[in-house]
Amino acid sequence: MALKTETMILNMGPQHPSTHGVLRLELELEGELIKNVKPHIGYLHRCFEKHAEAMTYPQVIPYTDRMDYLASMYNNFGYVLAVEKLLGIQVPERVEYIRVIMGELQRIASHLVAIGTYGLDIGAFTPFLYCFRDREKILSLFEMTCGARLLYNYMWIGGLSHDIHPDFVRLTKEFIKSFRPTIDELNYLLSYNKIFIERTANIGVLPLDTAINYGVTGPVLRGSGLAFDLRKNEPYSIYDRFDFDIPVGKGLMGTVGDCWDRYYVRVQEMEQSLRIIEQAIDQIPEGDVQAAIPKRIKPPKGTVYFRVENPRGELGYFIISDGSPNPFRVKVRAPSFVNLEVLGELCKGHLVADVVAILGSIDIVLGEVDR
Amino acid sequence: MYQLLYNFTGDVIISTIVVALIPLTIILIYALFAIWLERKVSAHMQDRLGPMRTGWHGWLQTIADMIKMIQKEDTIAAEADKKLFNIAPVLVFTGSFAAYAAIPFSSALIGSEIEVGLFYIVAISSLVVVGILMAGWASNNKYSLLGAMRSAAQIVSYEIPTALVVLTMVMYTGTFSLTKISEMQTPYFWNWNILGGPEFGITKFLLIPFMIVAASIMFISTLAEVNRTPFDIPEAESELVAGYFTEYSGMKWGMFMLAEYANMLAVSAVVSILFFGGYQSPFGYLGNLLNIKWLIPFEQIFWFLLKGLILVFVQMWLRWTLPRLRVDQLMTVCWKYLIPYAVVNLIFVGIISLL
Repeated sequence: MALKTETMILNMGPQHPSTHGVLRLELELEGELIKNVKPHIGYLHRCFEKHAEAMTYPQVIPYTDRMDYLASMYNNFGYVLAVEKLLGIQVPERVEYIRVIMGELQRIASHLVAIGTYGLDIGAFTPFLYCFRDREKILSLFEMTCGARLLYNYMWIGGLSHDIHPDFVRLTKEFIKSFRPTIDELNYLLSYNKIFIERTANIGVLPLDTAINYGVTGPVLRGSGLAFDLRKNEPYSIYDRFDFDIPVGKGLMGTVGDCWDRYYVRVQEMEQSLRIIEQAIDQIPEGDVQAAIPKRIKPPKGTVYFRVENPRGELGYFIISDGSPNPFRVKVRAPSFVNLEVLGELCKGHLVADVVAILGSIDIVLGEVDR
Repeated sequence: MYQLLYNFTGDVIISTIVVALIPLTIILIYALFAIWLERKVSAHMQDRLGPMRTGWHGWLQTIADMIKMIQKEDTIAAEADKKLFNIAPVLVFTGSFAAYAAIPFSSALIGSEIEVGLFYIVAISSLVVVGILMAGWASNNKYSLLGAMRSAAQIVSYEIPTALVVLTMVMYTGTFSLTKISEMQTPYFWNWNILGGPEFGITKFLLIPFMIVAASIMFISTLAEVNRTPFDIPEAESELVAGYFTEYSGMKWGMFMLAEYANMLAVSAVVSILFFGGYQSPFGYLGNLLNIKWLIPFEQIFWFLLKGLILVFVQMWLRWTLPRLRVDQLMTVCWKYLIPYAVVNLIFVGIISLL
């Protein structure tokens, strides 16, 4: 008589060390082998989109901070660009430069968290603290500029909340100088570690066509080998003035589109962001940090969709204006939400330990998934 | 030790209790120190300070933690199997504590001078597996169960390379007795087994590379047996929360931790006895030099603990540097690399010893 066997259902989360927030994964296991993965989201739903309808346009900005709380600057950036497009206003040059510098610093800070926690998922504790040490330096730059360390509310419609501190340029240059060697240090400690490569190479391979079909963007898409970056392909703000490369996954340690590729794209992107900051920091023109805009912002009737390259992918804002001071509708295309959907595809046939590695390589922020 | 006490007191019970209490005291003091050391080592490797507030550089931190742990409520999940749940931590701790009975801390301080000490340690440390499986099963938690299954598979697998290396060393030294193995590697470090043993000649130099391989295999597989990174899969924090002791709290959890640290020293002690001269001093004894005989056992304790702690430090160093292997990779390392190498090494050491 054959023994009756059945698969085991394991709930991973919502309280679990490596689901990066309150995500619940329903794993169907056969031994340690994954048969199926069902992500359950919504534990951090805060009705951002509905809230936005009751707010005036500037009042929405602090809410955007709280979506992807690891990349608040960039959420501000996308939103104000969308509203400015709707209003049809031009911001001063100085504002553009400062916005780009802040955005790229934020990208580095966000990738540092992604890389550090990825190490943590794989079991390496030390790189995590190295990453946070460097992130701390960026956060103090932000703190110096606008007083906040996580949720900045820094970019306003038509300008910025504060001008940069007189020491900002010097300290940013110092940071760039000190940060370059630590990327190498990180690479030797984690990226080229034999065990780390064993754990991530050839795991969770995302072929390019699947990636495009699921609509994933950001480092996840670039890890699969497509050089698609909105900063290059559809330049907004003043990104067309800078010289930088788009790192893509090349399958150096395994197959193109595996976890290692996605991870390494982030490491390389930090170097590229440093390049952009280096170019921008010397060119900041003098001037005002606020464009002349009406006190009550009432965009004309119409719709706008504006997308920017957030550290996690394409962050799009779709705004419908009915001519009143409140937006009629704000819809966000959140990169984490779209990228998360590919998880089930990637996990099939892998082990429990790989789920953690794959989820970490997608790098989601639950605040953005649930909004 | 026991004989000495028996002659002194003439009472079986008192001498047994005293003999049992000495290693226990050593373990407890060592565990307090090792937990503090681990926190400081990890902190300094990670650019932080670690505990600083309680006492000088936080040396009282573990004691404070212990007091907190004793005060904690001892929760048992409603669905858990209470009997097994309560026995498991005791069993795990017993397994690792019992190993100390045969470990010679010095030529004078040894719980029980059994002829088959090495064999006894290999056997008794397997008891830990039973405890871990029990804990995993009794918790009635899927993470615990997965952790326990992984742990059992891991410990059982890694006992094979350990046993093969132990076999190599037994073949080479011709004895199972840990005291005799230590005595053979007379003071001065060039007599250590890792440097080819005490006999000078061509075989000594031929043996060196094989002894280094044997020591490495032994160290790696013991690392896996005590569930330390890169083999800490059973308690893989990022996957299984805390593995088999997820559901434990308070002092029962403390016993698992205590067992882990006790195990670390126990395996380090075995490695140092087999390869690094055990309690023998690397530079000769001050007691011999000054002609104070009673000083020698104390020097031996010092050297033994120093060697043990250096190996424990290496374990910590690895833990805070390396990522974790996956379950199947762990088995690959064991079955495809360590065991074949250990077997080949055994044959070569055998041939060389015959020369």
